[in-house]
Amino acid sequence: MKYVDEYRDAQLGQAVATQILSEVDPDRHYKVMEVCGGHTHSIYKYGIDDLLPANVELVHGPGCPVCVIPMGRVDDGIAIAHHDGVIFTCFGDMMRVPGSEHTLLEAKAQGADVRMVYSPLDALRIARENPDREVVFFAIGFETTAPSTALTLKRAKAEGLRNFSCVCNHVTIVPPLRALLESPDLRLDGFIGPGHVCTVVGARPFHFIPADYGRPVVISGFEPLDILQSILMILRQLRGGRHEVENQYRRVVPDEGNLRALQVMAEVFALRPHFEWRGLGFISQSALRLSDAYAEFDAEQRFATPSVRVADPKACQCGEVLKGVIKPWECKVFGTACTPEHAIGTCMVSPEGACAAYYNFGRYARQREAV
Amino acid sequence: MSESAPTRPPPTDREQRVLQIIETARAKRARFRDDQITLAHGAGGKATQTLIEGLLVPAFGSETLQALGDAGGVTIGGARLAMTADSFVVSPLRFPGGSIGELAVNGTVNDLAMAGAKATALTVAMILEEGLPSDVLRAEVEAIARAAQAAEVEIVGGDTKVVPRGLADGMYLSTTGVGAVDPRARLSTAGLRSGDQILVSGPIGEHGTAIMLARDQFDLDAEVESDTCSLWPAADALLGCAGEALHCLRDATRGGVASVLNELARASGVGLVVREADVPIAPVVAAAAELLGIDPMYIANEGRLVAFVAREAADGALAALRRVAGCEEAAAIGEVRPEPPGMVMVQTAFGGRRVMDQLVGDPLPRIC
Repeated sequence: MKYVDEYRDAQLGQAVATQILSEVDPDRHYKVMEVCGGHTHSIYKYGIDDLLPANVELVHGPGCPVCVIPMGRVDDGIAIAHHDGVIFTCFGDMMRVPGSEHTLLEAKAQGADVRMVYSPLDALRIARENPDREVVFFAIGFETTAPSTALTLKRAKAEGLRNFSCVCNHVTIVPPLRALLESPDLRLDGFIGPGHVCTVVGARPFHFIPADYGRPVVISGFEPLDILQSILMILRQLRGGRHEVENQYRRVVPDEGNLRALQVMAEVFALRPHFEWRGLGFISQSALRLSDAYAEFDAEQRFATPSVRVADPKACQCGEVLKGVIKPWECKVFGTACTPEHAIGTCMVSPEGACAAYYNFGRYARQREAV
Repeated sequence: MSESAPTRPPPTDREQRVLQIIETARAKRARFRDDQITLAHGAGGKATQTLIEGLLVPAFGSETLQALGDAGGVTIGGARLAMTADSFVVSPLRFPGGSIGELAVNGTVNDLAMAGAKATALTVAMILEEGLPSDVLRAEVEAIARAAQAAEVEIVGGDTKVVPRGLADGMYLSTTGVGAVDPRARLSTAGLRSGDQILVSGPIGEHGTAIMLARDQFDLDAEVESDTCSLWPAADALLGCAGEALHCLRDATRGGVASVLNELARASGVGLVVREADVPIAPVVAAAAELLGIDPMYIANEGRLVAFVAREAADGALAALRRVAGCEEAAAIGEVRPEPPGMVMVQTAFGGRRVMDQLVGDPLPRIC
């Protein structure tokens, strides 16, 4: 694929890997967090870990939108899906996220009309085609997907669609990062910034990380060369004693972000005072609800939901894993109560989460080192 | 890089203990504990495995079944036969490159071919939905007849049932097939040996991609046709060229090449290494899969096989395979290693390595 394959060139990758090796201090252990789940996926898909020196460790951040949805919200979604006449729509990878008892996939097996969509606009189309049914869209994601939900709601309003509504679970990336950075036992040396989020919000919201916490941030693209280069840039900052926001993804991310998208979001959404994150607990002003002007499309107002908070089990230590304080296997429930088949915490829910990856491949990773 | 790079500290006792717990859990036989059937149980991944290995195999207690081959072996009057059944519930019924009727013949013919048997006879059972237009049925009956003729197999029996409207998606087909196992065949799911080369018979992911696009869920148009075809000519060529050096054949249907490789790595207790850059894949399939956020290695094929051939016979086998019509783009994509047992590793085209695991259910598109 033109304009993409150039960023997947193995020889160039080796060259950057060699530069990374020359940049690290062999006596130091580096922990770099990739904030975004999209980066985690690329790192896994291209085997980028494997190209790094053993003392450069990548820590998967809180930026996987499906993994951070708390069980109570999934339960609410399932309750709405079971309402008579409801067509419940969501993104594909939301279907297997566990609530307190079931997943949406299981709700579908029990008779709920749950449909996978690729875009909120697909949900809107389903609403137009089924005027006698209530169509609900379970909106999730960071600032990356929020604008498309916002535009969809604007369109629904313009068309006067009365059978469409939305469960808004949109979250914002800066508050959880701040929560992580506030932690006194933080062990992270630098951050790979979330390129997709930055196309919307720009680079500026991340300046607090070097300014207040003295850690470098490099906003990165999603191709393997982008990520390797961003790691190199972070290591160079660390070696030079610098900490600033650098933009590796200049070809897509403007410093000021996408003003039109931000404007639409401001019109359709309002900040929630607080929101619960799976594994991280409540974080204030970290999520969006529909604004008063769009309240008529708010599924949480239209349908009765249990709205019961389901606490993460006390023993779950996802927060510490995310902060890099403990390794997955040091968590009290890892491998016993919490497994990929019966995940408790966010790090085990997604196959790319730190705990799931260790559960599946930890043994192999050790073997690889022994070779 | 490992020689020059610093190494991680050795595992602590606690980590060793946790790894041991995981190993013990993984080694346990799959148990079927789900409250209800979900679509994941039909997707060919881990959920399907728990259904088959946790419920069906223990209940039926057949030794032949335990081998988990594409077809079961039966000996009647000294003759080695292979026998198999397959059901077809595809939607839409017709799609670019094929239709349910063609799949129903080729699917069963291919399961037999993977056991080293040329299909001799098939039965076809049809479950028809009230209201199905006769033209649609007629077209599928003709498709079945054509595919059977192309595969040189006789249709010797069948059944028809009609269910009320809404209880079937137009029509469901189920075929059973039988054939004599070729005397050259020494195929087994447990037959993979270190050094074996892994061959695929052509570009992967075309059938599943064609179906996904034909469902019209996405505003995406691409010229992709199903790869459905009889794989007996390919199996025949491999048997003829490699004989006993051909250790295993498998058609990479639901769950795709990745699921097949995982099943066989487990069944044989070996490790597999796949060179991603060598896996043949049409640019249009790669592009569609990337847009949909799906790995083509997990996409279903209906006319592609994976073969395991002893190293010394592999070059000849690949050449023979490429001479078969439809297999011109066959390729060697990796090899069998002793370690790590039960796991499939990928050398990525970018130069890294990763584990290619079995999925739980259908590959679900990612949001980011």
